[in-house]
Amino acid sequence: MTPARKKRLGLIMLMVCGVALGVGLALKSLDQNIMFFFTPTEVNSGKAPANKLFRIGGMVVEGSVARPGDGLTVKFDLTDNEQSVTVRFAGILPDLFREGQGIIANGKLDGSGEFVAEEVLAKHDENYMPPELAGMHEQKDDQ
Amino acid sequence: MFLWFHKLGSPPHFYRIAGKWIPWLSWIFLMLLLAGLYGGLIEAPPDYQQGESYRIIFVHVPAAWMSLFIYVVMAFCGAVIIVWRMKLAEVVLISSAPIGASFTFLALVTGSLWGKPMWGTYWVWDARLTSELILLFLYLGIIGLHNAIEDKRVASRAVAILALVGVVNIPIIHYSVEWWHSLHQGATVTKFDKPSIHWSMLIPLLLMALAFQVYYVLALFQKCRVELLQRERNSKWVEEL
Repeated sequence: MTPARKKRLGLIMLMVCGVALGVGLALKSLDQNIMFFFTPTEVNSGKAPANKLFRIGGMVVEGSVARPGDGLTVKFDLTDNEQSVTVRFAGILPDLFREGQGIIANGKLDGSGEFVAEEVLAKHDENYMPPELAGMHEQKDDQ
Repeated sequence: MFLWFHKLGSPPHFYRIAGKWIPWLSWIFLMLLLAGLYGGLIEAPPDYQQGESYRIIFVHVPAAWMSLFIYVVMAFCGAVIIVWRMKLAEVVLISSAPIGASFTFLALVTGSLWGKPMWGTYWVWDARLTSELILLFLYLGIIGLHNAIEDKRVASRAVAILALVGVVNIPIIHYSVEWWHSLHQGATVTKFDKPSIHWSMLIPLLLMALAFQVYYVLALFQKCRVELLQRERNSKWVEEL
């Protein structure tokens, strides 16, 4: 490689590293804003903003889904396997909503520590398999 | 080997070779596409959670992979342009941009259509979705910048720098689902673990990915030939055609 080319190669490598460093630092400082949701543990320890809309994400606790009152309101517990938060939602749930499924709710905490959701989104996991196979997995777990 | 590479870099040689390959690539692409679509839409079983709707991954995932891959190719060309001032790299870079932009657009649209029934929303400002949208803007920016500068050799160098700067977005897109809590699910295939997809779905997915890859080379060759003719319209080898 000629010296001129070496210099140019060095310069662009420096440029790419510099930009990567800059973007990396910027993203690091924006960390909280890029986080799409808070976990129940974070919410319980007061990290989530009060009196402001935020999102909470977790798994719907098995057997916790209840429909008290008018039949449209749904109540369920969300957990991150450490702590859990009770969520109240009045509206239409997405197709993938079920017990044990990861979901994300957008809303606010009310005074009593319950989360009042305005929107509920289902978070899909990365597993794809035929239904027969999923049935086999469940049977194995039952045994 | 080096001589072969060097020869391929010369415009008239590349023009001829690419022209010879195009019919073959078209047939290979068509076969792979038909096999992948048949496997994905007819042979593969429905998913245990999503039922039939998951079948959009056979287009969405390969398109998203291509959107990243093409950008990496362009950034590599950018480095070659700046260091070696190679003409063919300039042509490959700018010819790749519209193809990459189309794949990015396809990934965004198919993802959005799937998101409505599955997640409950067409769009969220989630790290993965946002960084993919930035990728689309990078592609469009590259196309725009190239068109804005009259002298194509100067334009190529400007575009090369933009392509190189934008390459930091690529690892961000890929790792966004790990670094931040996001609505988009994690990686199914492109991870060091065993893919978490049943083989009956994985095979058509890989076939489609291969089909898209061949399509990229095919479209690239065609676009490069046109771009080469335009750029070299005053040179002797073009007049001889």
